[in-house]
Amino acid sequence: MKPMRLIIVAVGGQGNLLASKVLGEAALLADIPVRMSEIHGMAQRGGVVESALVFGDAQSTIISDGEADVLVGFEPAETLRALNKCNARTTVITNVAPLPPFTVAIGKSHYPELDQIKSLITAKTHRLIAFDAAAQAKEAGNLMSLNIVLLGALCRTELLPLTTDAVREAIRTRTKQAFVEANLRAFDLGYQAAA
Amino acid sequence: MHKLLTDQPGHRMLMLGNEAIARGALEAGVAFASTYPGTPSSEISLNLFQIAHQTDLYFEYSTNEKVALEVAGAAANTGVRAMCMMKHVGVNVAADALMTLAYVGARAGLVIVSADDPYMFSSQNEQDNRYFGKLAGLPVLEPSSVPEAKEMVPYAFELSEELNEPVILRTTTRINHSTAVVALGNLTTPQPAGHFEKAPLSFVTVPAVSRKLHVRLLENLARAEALANTSPYNFEEGDGTWGIICNGVSYTYVADAVRDLGIEKQTRILRIGFSHPLPQARVKDFLVECEKVLIVEEGEPFMEEAVKAVAQQAGLTLAIRGKGVNLFSRLYEFDPAMVRRVVADYFGVAHTPPAVVDLDDVPEIPARPPTLCAGCSHRATFYAVKKATEGLDTIHPSDIGCYTLGFLPPLGMGDFVICMGASTGSAGGFAQATEQKVVSFIGDSTFFHSGIPGLINAVFNKHNITLIILDNRTTAMTGHQPNPGVDMNELNLDGYGQISIEALVKSLGVGHVSTIRPYNLKKSIAAIREAVLFDGVSVVIAKEKCTLYAKALKQLHGKAFQITNRCQNHRDCIRDLGCPAFYLEDDQVRIDPDICAGCAVCAQVCPEHAIAPVKASP
Ligand code: SF4
Repeated sequence: MKPMRLIIVAVGGQGNLLASKVLGEAALLADIPVRMSEIHGMAQRGGVVESALVFGDAQSTIISDGEADVLVGFEPAETLRALNKCNARTTVITNVAPLPPFTVAIGKSHYPELDQIKSLITAKTHRLIAFDAAAQAKEAGNLMSLNIVLLGALCRTELLPLTTDAVREAIRTRTKQAFVEANLRAFDLGYQAAA
Repeated sequence: MHKLLTDQPGHRMLMLGNEAIARGALEAGVAFASTYPGTPSSEISLNLFQIAHQTDLYFEYSTNEKVALEVAGAAANTGVRAMCMMKHVGVNVAADALMTLAYVGARAGLVIVSADDPYMFSSQNEQDNRYFGKLAGLPVLEPSSVPEAKEMVPYAFELSEELNEPVILRTTTRINHSTAVVALGNLTTPQPAGHFEKAPLSFVTVPAVSRKLHVRLLENLARAEALANTSPYNFEEGDGTWGIICNGVSYTYVADAVRDLGIEKQTRILRIGFSHPLPQARVKDFLVECEKVLIVEEGEPFMEEAVKAVAQQAGLTLAIRGKGVNLFSRLYEFDPAMVRRVVADYFGVAHTPPAVVDLDDVPEIPARPPTLCAGCSHRATFYAVKKATEGLDTIHPSDIGCYTLGFLPPLGMGDFVICMGASTGSAGGFAQATEQKVVSFIGDSTFFHSGIPGLINAVFNKHNITLIILDNRTTAMTGHQPNPGVDMNELNLDGYGQISIEALVKSLGVGHVSTIRPYNLKKSIAAIREAVLFDGVSVVIAKEKCTLYAKALKQLHGKAFQITNRCQNHRDCIRDLGCPAFYLEDDQVRIDPDICAGCAVCAQVCPEHAIAPVKASP
């Protein structure tokens, strides 16, 4: 099976690692080869968390610059920062609700315009799916399900070698019982948003 | 039940590399485990700590890596299987014990996990700990994948028992923090209790004994090499004449590169998983079949030098390359595209590099460096030290922990950081060699780890220093592990002692000791000022639980604060404290109530008294 390489970037606390875990569990359920790696050194202290997931026949667990087939960003500036992982055939999915870094919040540096972020990504990659995943997560009943909203959008692209059912099943069995309902709603909202 | 205790052989589970290593230890019947936490090794310990509460496994967080190894080394010599895990720089701390433990050996399996960190994702250097195997004369095993990491642990225990020597399992971050599907094996019930058989001529390393033990060690090394020559972890793939010798994660990049380049037929790979001592016979047989050889290893040219020595001895003149210009670097970690490019170039194969997008017109993206949490008491202490030392020419040696981040603006507290505990030792050197006032920082866990000898040194040699002990009641940076100052009853764990830093410091004869509550700025500044003006060694213990830890223990009761309409926009709060709960809206400072931990430090900094608890304000 041809490898499919996915990068997920987020700010610490946005639930990137859970999203990766759900996809990994879905792959395990569906018997699709998967390996992932994560860098989360100081995540709790507001840093960036990056996960790489490689599906199919490859042995590496990391993804070189220009080699991601799909990039999912939980925060628009972080999506833009990870553009080095993309090439002209990459599909990019991003949340557009910003979480400005502290230096921006206190006026010491400038956050790029959202429109500029979107047009740059659109120009340089195959396709951009951009929407307010934070709003969808709130609508689903829990801002913390932003990660699952984005998984819904990701599944809609049908780029992963995973069926929507497998991912839903992983959400049902591998996320906290109390949040399963909200997570499934979040998944569906994300799925619709990526139409 | 802990997921790693699942007793279903053959069941497939998604595991983090560190979980796989812990599971491997359980399958090997590990009875005894010790550690000092350090990224990227910490989750091995975290899992074994949890499992120890549910099984007969003994687990401890030791004061430092040297103690951890001494504890584990003694246990193994009573006949129980023991494992000791640490990050790469932790082995430096344990090295004194390690070098001579190699002489006395181990009666039951003793596995030392060294988690190296190429690229220094969360470390102060990227030293290559395979050299510790060479220095100590011990076998080194290196997994290439998460499932292999699990398999290698029982193998390491068997090897250790076969040789009666400790075995080093050397991983890198990309093993520890990768996740893959692992098939469970059988759990083994640990040997419950050991018994120490006295044998002074084997265990008491006076020179006359050690001279014999060194002979034994070298004999063992020769036996280890014979085992490495036939080890299933040193294997060959392919039967071409382009040779590639590789280890660890590099093997996965090589395997992908060879397939992507379509050169399976031409190549021959020797994957070295049992890397010290180098299996010389195996390497020689491999070289004989090759026209030219490329060595692919992250870090230092450890294998490259050894392989070249084998070739020289065998009179082989083929080209063997690894590190060098247009080849591999000794810096940082490798990645698949880089390995593919070097393999292609070296063997003269056409290849298309990845079509990286052009980033020239991408605007500068604001950095997102890690920061001290909102409400972190270190921020308050750093601010108080800054105020208390205003007008003084100061040097601030600091140490390893969350508080290392204090060197960043706006706090700027941290001038010299090299290794665990160095804040106390280096303080004395700075004080003695300069006229500057030295005020250094160390966390509670780091103080216990290796800060105490430096402080004793300062008392004995009468250095003029102030040491601020940032006592946040936990080992915060690596995930809130216990340390000897922690009240374990709060975690509902009994059977632990507790050491008072204050009593300890006083007992050393430190001339001036005070304890502050850093959230109270006025008192803290006054107390620090007094300590700084004291001539001699003074210690200030800044005692306040780590906010994140307090939150996890449900002990955080502070109300969120807000900016009231008394605000005159001086912005002292943002400028001096840099707490991540602040933001600007319509050019007005605001506090995010979801982030604010209610420490009230900013309320004390504001000259207009414009910051008030959310409830109490109009
Ligand atoms: S984890 Fe604790 S010690 Fe570390 S920055 Fe956060 S509050 Fe401070």
